[in-house]
Amino acid sequence: MENSTNGLEVVYEKVPTLTDTLMHYCPGCSHGVVHRVIMEVIHEMGITEQTIGVAPVGCSVFAYNYMNIDMQEAAHGRATAAATGVKRVHPDKFVFTYQGDGDLAAIGTGETIHTVNRGENILMVFVNNGVYGMTGGQMAPTTLAGMKTTTSPFGRDVATMGSPLRITELIANLPGALYVTRQSVHSTAAVRKLKKAIQLSFEYQKLNQGTCFIEVVSNCPSGWKMTPVESNQWLVENMFPVYPPGDIKVPKPPAVNN
Amino acid sequence: MGSINGTSETKLMKGNEALAEAALRAGMQAYFGYPITPQSEILEYLIIHGPKRGSVVLQAESEVAAINMVYGAAGAGARVMISSSSPGISLMQEGISYIAAAELPCVIVNVQRGGPGLGTIQPAQADYFQAVKGGGHGDYRLIVLAPNSVQEMADFMFDGFRLTEQYRIPVMILSDGALGQMMEKVTLAPDGSLPLTQKPWATTGKPASRERNFITSLHIEPEMMEEVNLHLQRKYKELQKEVRYELHHTDDADIVLVAFGLSARICEKVMDLAREKGIRAGIVRPITLYPFPSDILREIAEHAGAFLTVEMNAGQMVEDVRLAVNGKKPVFFKGRMGGMIPTPEEVLAELESIVEHQLLHA
Repeated sequence: MENSTNGLEVVYEKVPTLTDTLMHYCPGCSHGVVHRVIMEVIHEMGITEQTIGVAPVGCSVFAYNYMNIDMQEAAHGRATAAATGVKRVHPDKFVFTYQGDGDLAAIGTGETIHTVNRGENILMVFVNNGVYGMTGGQMAPTTLAGMKTTTSPFGRDVATMGSPLRITELIANLPGALYVTRQSVHSTAAVRKLKKAIQLSFEYQKLNQGTCFIEVVSNCPSGWKMTPVESNQWLVENMFPVYPPGDIKVPKPPAVNN
Repeated sequence: MGSINGTSETKLMKGNEALAEAALRAGMQAYFGYPITPQSEILEYLIIHGPKRGSVVLQAESEVAAINMVYGAAGAGARVMISSSSPGISLMQEGISYIAAAELPCVIVNVQRGGPGLGTIQPAQADYFQAVKGGGHGDYRLIVLAPNSVQEMADFMFDGFRLTEQYRIPVMILSDGALGQMMEKVTLAPDGSLPLTQKPWATTGKPASRERNFITSLHIEPEMMEEVNLHLQRKYKELQKEVRYELHHTDDADIVLVAFGLSARICEKVMDLAREKGIRAGIVRPITLYPFPSDILREIAEHAGAFLTVEMNAGQMVEDVRLAVNGKKPVFFKGRMGGMIPTPEEVLAELESIVEHQLLHA
């Protein structure tokens, strides 16, 4: 690092792609970390001027208050339709969506599948915490079997409420999907891996070969009614068996500039 | 711009195709749609002619997705249009509310068919309330233009883009299946006759030289949300100067027909037949349905004896005519529904009955 003050080296600072606005997220929530990592990548790649984000209804609906880039807030479930509109009129720009599980895997399932099926050259970031956080802890399409929420008070009964939807595996089957991976932010090592996946996705976007999709398995201490530490432990023990981290689809042959 | 379209051109064209061609000549940069009768020719025409003339043309997976693509593209600064027919327009209402709230310019075309429900593919005017009073949730309005010819289907694309970009209020062209399907002579303005406008608010990527742009309709503090509403209402008031209408023989008219779109063309025949019989009939044709030409109706009510509103619905615009006339003179209604088109003869019979029973014996 070049900067130094009083002989002390600056080893970390907030990137200018984040605003100074205090985030409204609950203590221990994953969203803040995911926001930061995406914004760090955009800053480090020097693509702020070329990037447009879309964040729909959900806990992250106020993302444009924190992300210091051009952003659109979209209707519930319609983030990738709006992003398609942006990308089609600005094919040379980087476009990403930032969606929750209700948005991407319930009300917006049609948009999710068709956006990926068209191979829109965008990055979809899918924050999956298995619960509707914004509206106060209702059942999500990704709520685990037996998991209690305010609308599955006796636990999710798969016989009447369906099974947790593994939409990431589903969309990986579509030819339009270029890169599909599942990450998390429950540990520093996991955060670094996510950052790498985001970097890779923006690099892939330059190639114009299809949709990049990153699921981030996340916690929701408020919705799960746990402390942040407990929620991260619970995530490893309960979410990972259903939503195992790792790459699901990588470009074949390796997508490289030639 | 393409040399073949560098001049104005007169052709015989279907309404839907004339509108699509006019959209390209008016500098449309993106179109999103989904097939539905009786307007599928718009998407079919544009998918052939749009991309090679520089426009994005995309068939979406649904009307819901399509209108949200419009939101995205309009928010990113493009000149955007979408078209559908009644049931499809119903599906778009949430998106239209978001677009109106976020003040994004776009033109929405409704080639109406008979309803409610799946209804029929025959022409109707039963979406007047939906178009003029809001349609989706919240206090918002659209600028609503009602063409009555293939020529106006084309001309209103230019007017639509001009108005929507000037006011940042979405424009709806409220047409119907007959106007969409009929063939007439149309003169098309040349390419490039509507220059693109600057949109410094659009999300095009944030340079270091400006603050970030964001497109949103979310204002969680009620004080702020009310401010946004007051701002919108001020803009709607400003629209009064864009009121457009057409008058036929209203100066000496004892009875005034009020009709828009296809119904207004039928009323021209009715007026001629009535005048042949010595009944002094006139016509007010609202061209902008919002803003509504209330002032001229109020003025005419001073000297005319009665009004007869003719619509292809159960009586929708007639409510606005009555509000304008405000009880000064009787306002009657003649309508057909469900895709039926009123004949000049049946409207004339209604008109004669009003003259006989209401005016002569008043």
